[in-house]
Amino acid sequence: MAKITLDRIKHSYLAKPDDPDDWALKEVDEVWEDGTAYALLGPSGCGKTTLLNIISGLITPTHGRVLFNNDDVTNTPTTERHIAQVFQFPVVYDTMTVQENLAFPLRNRGVDKDKIKTRVHEIAKMLDLSEMLSRRASGLTADGKQKISLARGLVRDDVNVIMFDEPLTVIDPHLKWLLRSKLKELHQSVGVTMIYVTHDQTEALTFADRVVVLHEGTVVQIGTPVELFEEPQHTFVGHFIGSPGMNFLPCDIIDGVASFAGNTIETATQQLPEVRPESLEVGVRPEFIHFDQKGFPVKIDKVDDLGRYQLVQTQHQGHSIKIVLNEGEEIPSENPCIVFDPKYTRLYADGWVIN
Amino acid sequence: MGIELKKVTKQVGAETYIYETDLSFEKDGFNILLGTTLSGKTTLMRLMAGLERPSSGEVWFEGQDVTGIPVQKRSVAMVYQQFINYPNFNVFENIASPLRVSGVSSQEIKQRVGKISDLLKLTPFLDRSPDELSGGQQQRTALARALVKNAALVLLDEPLANLDYKLREELRDELPKLFQDTGATVVYATSEPLEALMLGGRTATLHEGRVTQYGPTSQIYRAPNTLVSAQVFSDPPINTAPVEKKNDTFHLTDLINWSVPVEYANLSDGQYVIGVRPHHLTVGTATEDMVRLNGTVQIAEISGSESIIHFNVEGHTWVSESHGVHQFKVGDSVELSLDVSRCFYFHQSGELVAG
Amino acid sequence: MNKTPNPKAWLFVIPVVVLVAFNALIPLMTVVNYSVQETFGDNVFFWEGMKWFEEVLRSERFHESFLRQIAFTGMILVIEIPLGIAIALAMPRKGPWVSVCLVLMALPLLIPWNVVGAMWNIFALPDIGLLGRMINGLGIDYNFTQQPVSAWSTTVLMDVWHWTSLVVLLSYAGLSAIPDAYYQAAKIDGANAWAVFRFIQLPKMKRVLTIAILLRFMDSFMIYTEPFVLTGGGPGNTTTFLSIDLVKIALGQFDLGPAAAMSLIYFLIVLLVSWIFYTLMMRGEEN
Repeated sequence: MAKITLDRIKHSYLAKPDDPDDWALKEVDEVWEDGTAYALLGPSGCGKTTLLNIISGLITPTHGRVLFNNDDVTNTPTTERHIAQVFQFPVVYDTMTVQENLAFPLRNRGVDKDKIKTRVHEIAKMLDLSEMLSRRASGLTADGKQKISLARGLVRDDVNVIMFDEPLTVIDPHLKWLLRSKLKELHQSVGVTMIYVTHDQTEALTFADRVVVLHEGTVVQIGTPVELFEEPQHTFVGHFIGSPGMNFLPCDIIDGVASFAGNTIETATQQLPEVRPESLEVGVRPEFIHFDQKGFPVKIDKVDDLGRYQLVQTQHQGHSIKIVLNEGEEIPSENPCIVFDPKYTRLYADGWVIN
Repeated sequence: MGIELKKVTKQVGAETYIYETDLSFEKDGFNILLGTTLSGKTTLMRLMAGLERPSSGEVWFEGQDVTGIPVQKRSVAMVYQQFINYPNFNVFENIASPLRVSGVSSQEIKQRVGKISDLLKLTPFLDRSPDELSGGQQQRTALARALVKNAALVLLDEPLANLDYKLREELRDELPKLFQDTGATVVYATSEPLEALMLGGRTATLHEGRVTQYGPTSQIYRAPNTLVSAQVFSDPPINTAPVEKKNDTFHLTDLINWSVPVEYANLSDGQYVIGVRPHHLTVGTATEDMVRLNGTVQIAEISGSESIIHFNVEGHTWVSESHGVHQFKVGDSVELSLDVSRCFYFHQSGELVAG
Repeated sequence: MNKTPNPKAWLFVIPVVVLVAFNALIPLMTVVNYSVQETFGDNVFFWEGMKWFEEVLRSERFHESFLRQIAFTGMILVIEIPLGIAIALAMPRKGPWVSVCLVLMALPLLIPWNVVGAMWNIFALPDIGLLGRMINGLGIDYNFTQQPVSAWSTTVLMDVWHWTSLVVLLSYAGLSAIPDAYYQAAKIDGANAWAVFRFIQLPKMKRVLTIAILLRFMDSFMIYTEPFVLTGGGPGNTTTFLSIDLVKIALGQFDLGPAAAMSLIYFLIVLLVSWIFYTLMMRGEEN
């Protein structure tokens, strides 16, 4: 098990990067705690796979160092990093039985037979594989194969970190949540550092203690699921996490208070900048807006009854604002006015929250 | 009148794919087929398109019997879950292909493709080949090809299933608008209840080759006629449990009970099944009109804006869905409140109890 | 799954049926016809039943050429398959050299068979051929037109030169289809190069290797042109393989009955061995 230090990591796939866009990863400087479950979340091309490959040793970063505990492993090959990885498409050794698959990493390392046997049975039990130990691995379903890949990592006791690269891609939709929760449970029982790469917010938020949101090669926020939902540090986080995403509206500062289209907005942002940044926005989630005559007027475009909640699409001076109301909550028929909950309303300058 | 199925059945060998079905789909708004995989959605669509001939019964389109008329002779467009485009054509030629086949002048092709690609935000990519596009753009191209044709019948078979959820969100919003004024009959198959609610229109719930209910989407959601219809139209799955009515009380267990609501006062005593949507079972102290349950957390999942928690209450599993991001540990004991005023009661045969 | 039976579909199969009938069934029936009858020309036939079959199966000559055939096919399989896999493993997986290697590999396959025979004939001539002179220059007495051992080794060498490429190309295709993740996983599991070959590469190549072995078995078992051009079946009968023998009987001696019976036996052997081999290799693939 290990603490992972990413010391000013930058990476470019080009030989001579000069433009900022040439960097697949733009300076990541983080210390990841031992025994924590991390998720790297972002859309395709955000740099999450690059970062994963740097940690696993498939890529040597252009700049910076990778440390496992206090050992510099930047130039250590994958084999010697003591990592385990579950890939997008299941990797099993087709000709072996499930048991032989699980024993393979230990046999390669010359562990004695009795120890292999106990260890394999222990891990198989943990992953509900005991019943199928003598079956041929090639005959299993996708979720069974993914469990085998994971088990091959878990049988070893020298593993620093277990990595998952979109492991649920080929799993049947109605089985996904089972495996998702199994992974979570496993992490809680074995306590190994785990890193999970995905573009799916449900997978990331369900699995991880801390979610690392990546956007265009930059880490925009690392936080608990609650923090990402309630206190997005970047407009991208607000947009990407939650459905529907956060509302962002252009904003001004008039007489020291935030103002949207001439309406004063109370926010949680304490210190307003003295100079107005190039782009200033006020951000609030649809969940934290409600109808109230004290607020400013809006025009209601559309109301969707989505069962659990109602999605109200409104407009104010050409800016669209989405509101989420609970099932059965009333929508005023005349002169609808809305207010933002100040506790969850924040100002963003050039994409970043003002703090 | 759009497309009608009159006493249609479909058998393949000894297997029945579609049991006798009567269904008539309107021209305006979306007609949604909601059901899990293998419920018969795709078969129904293929019957409507004329790709399959019904084993018995008739297919009528715009007041005419079209049973047995092959798809080539009908005005049908179809979009599939997989992104299907001509790989050796660029985007422009892909969109133009149905027009080329029907011999439209190149002047008109240019104009019509231009208009559609504007609408679907594909204009910047017209020169590219499909494999240079993202998944979302590829599916937009397929949609554009279906739209440009001005087909009288448009069949969309889970077109968004393979897209990232953010794109899905966006396209769900756009799709009804795109088809609004085309005069086409649009049939949309999906396995996601939330998608059906977002698209609105009318919904037919499908289960194992039978249409279980058909009507305006939100009405079907609010008033399922059977337990099966309610199950098809609930994600996460609806909670069900046996209850016993004794005089003026419903008993879930000896200790958990509530008084019979006025509308069910005339119901005879006996065994019933209660259906509770996950968002009517929430975490927190019960108010007066709610029923309190004590559970232990089995699984906690967090999607972007909701927390879905599986609890064990006296050996029975319940699923709760609550707004916002809430983190629980497996094994935590939690107090839940069950909103009995919003739950459904079913006879043991599965029929809804009239209230 | 959603298939509707359509009687018209049979119409589409008719051209193939006709074609197969003309190029396979009808000639085959002619052979069957000859194999059970005796003829002295003039289209006069006498029923002979199983006589030719018994004669062929009992003949010393058939046994000898059959054993020669088995030996030859066995030898080239034992050499070509491992060699082909080894070359495929050594070839680069990425980069500009890939296409160069592939073209080089494909070259021998493009040469017409009789040209291969002629080439090797000249190449190996002990007095003027490059190979022949070199071997003799090394102090080894080599003359493929007179010594059985030289004739055999030259024939085998020629076949290896001509056909190993096919095994290489097939194996290479099998290897390139293995996703990178497998190699990464093996690294992580601490597997050495042998384990990677044994547990990843070989199992993943199984299908293509089955095809390679089948093709090489059938081709070499029916080999005719190249040894005929190279050695003409000699010296003596030492390189007279089944098909060369068959032609000698049919055209040299014009014994149509025995030749036809032998053809059928020959055909059935190829079919049987291929079937047994294919079933063995594919067993367990189904689940």
